Amino acid sequence: MRVYETEIASRLMLGTAQYPSPATLAEAFRRSGAGIATVSVRREAGGERAGAAFWDLVRELGVTVLPNTAGCHSVREAVTTAQMARELFDTAWIKLEVIGHADTLQPDPFGLVEAARILTEDGFQVFPYTTEDVVLAERLLQAGCEVLMPWGAPIGTGLGLTNIYGLRTLRAQFPDVPMVVDAGLGLPSQATMAMEMGFDAVLLNTAVAKAGDPAAMAEGFARAVEAGRLAFEADPMEPRDMAAPSTPVIGKAFLS
Amino acid sequence: MTRATVIGAGVAGLCVATELVRRGHDVTVFDPAPMPGPHHCSWWAGGMLAPFCEGETAEEPVVRLGQVSADWWESQGVPVTRRGTIVVTPGRDRRELDRFARRTRGHSLLDAGALAALEPDLAGRFDRALHVGEEAHLDPRAALRHLRTRLETDGVRFVAEQGRADGLTFDCRGLAARDALPALRGVKGEMAVLHAPDIRLTRPVRLLHPRFPLYAVPRADGHVMLGATQIESDDRRRRVRSVLELLSAAYALHPAFGEAELVEIGVDARPAFPDNLPRLIRRGDTIHVNGLFRHGFLLAPALARMAAELAFDGCKPEFYHEDHG
Repeated sequence: MRVYETEIASRLMLGTAQYPSPATLAEAFRRSGAGIATVSVRREAGGERAGAAFWDLVRELGVTVLPNTAGCHSVREAVTTAQMARELFDTAWIKLEVIGHADTLQPDPFGLVEAARILTEDGFQVFPYTTEDVVLAERLLQAGCEVLMPWGAPIGTGLGLTNIYGLRTLRAQFPDVPMVVDAGLGLPSQATMAMEMGFDAVLLNTAVAKAGDPAAMAEGFARAVEAGRLAFEADPMEPRDMAAPSTPVIGKAFLS
Repeated sequence: MTRATVIGAGVAGLCVATELVRRGHDVTVFDPAPMPGPHHCSWWAGGMLAPFCEGETAEEPVVRLGQVSADWWESQGVPVTRRGTIVVTPGRDRRELDRFARRTRGHSLLDAGALAALEPDLAGRFDRALHVGEEAHLDPRAALRHLRTRLETDGVRFVAEQGRADGLTFDCRGLAARDALPALRGVKGEMAVLHAPDIRLTRPVRLLHPRFPLYAVPRADGHVMLGATQIESDDRRRRVRSVLELLSAAYALHPAFGEAELVEIGVDARPAFPDNLPRLIRRGDTIHVNGLFRHGFLLAPALARMAAELAFDGCKPEFYHEDHG
């Protein structure tokens, strides 16, 4: 998949928060083959270089770092955090989160579009964390985003794809825009489903980090993503009501 | 009598010094502070000796080796309260309790009545809870003072200025040893102490919450220590957000905490290696004893014993870490 002129080999992206230890985090990346690591700048930062030791460990994973603005509740906070992330990680990429609702962590669509516009004009390449709303998607694209990251379900819930119709519509409306299902996945089967629907990649964190064996779950997701992508590329059959035996019936004795 | 030097008089240094004295060594401890205090990371600890609960996320050695800690502290004359741990969760996150129960052992399930019998002030607040019976807690500040005073009585010299080391040196400086141990990182933790005479807890209570986990540890005279934040940072500033989360979680545990007096807000960065397990690293005549993470009081006794075994018995104990740099 190609995003902002960059070829991304792995269709699995992993967050780096909430793991039992950085060693477990590294093992999860190793077994998953995930090519992109999202890093929360705001919560860990505390200003200056206080989180530097952890960020060094993330850099040592040898994957592309996609810093995010997790936990930002206003445009201003998100923009400031993005600017800080650009300096820290020397990248124009930013996963933009502007949270609009404290309980569901639902994106603030208005703030998101505004922040995306400000950051794009400032030279950022924005990966917006958004809902499956088609109108919002249109506005984000107009603001300069070249990729969309619709949620599957609210962050950290593990509920999977809660609005399949909405996601399907979004995918169908913008067939050429790279899309990453971000947030809400709890099980590999849900990742497979997203990939079968034609999404280009998935991003998850809690499902792996909070599993009893994060590395095993990471590998499970990697295989699931691969399975779903293969199925999508293979052009699946259409479901039908009429049974159609895969073995010809003609020539067999009808005994029953 | 062999001479030995310990650098750092936090929980790691004091436990190592205690182990060395027990083996009959002549010990000098370098530490700038006249008594245990705020510049020791362990000063801010919760003092929970909770190996089974820690097993939710910690590696197996923490659970196994942590089980000797309550006995060790008690054998040093430190008062240890053995009433176990209570684990609860807000109603809508009740599945958190199932997950916690699956991933830990040593607990029994309590219904509302059984919980009320164990902790009357939590009556009616939670319809079920876990009781981890074999866990304990202590007052970390009292424990540090006790060890230090006893070591001085036993003839250990505490020197404020770091001078020339005699014999083997045990470097127990925690995060300050990052100059020698670049793999060390700081993991920030915030804590608060409340005076809450309206609510009486007799054992540590852990509130499981997907966003704001909390533990509340009873201290003397109606005080309660609140903790749980864990942030990948060595920032030592006391952040409003973290304190807000701690206090909100406490309020969710029991609204009576809303009436408590805020006595103290503390913060420090715990020294940790990438696997969050402690290490013993030998370089020439120096043995580094470090990386206790959030398990200072839980693992320092076992680690101190291993440090002495590495130094004097010629064995390579469990946490011995080959030095690659």
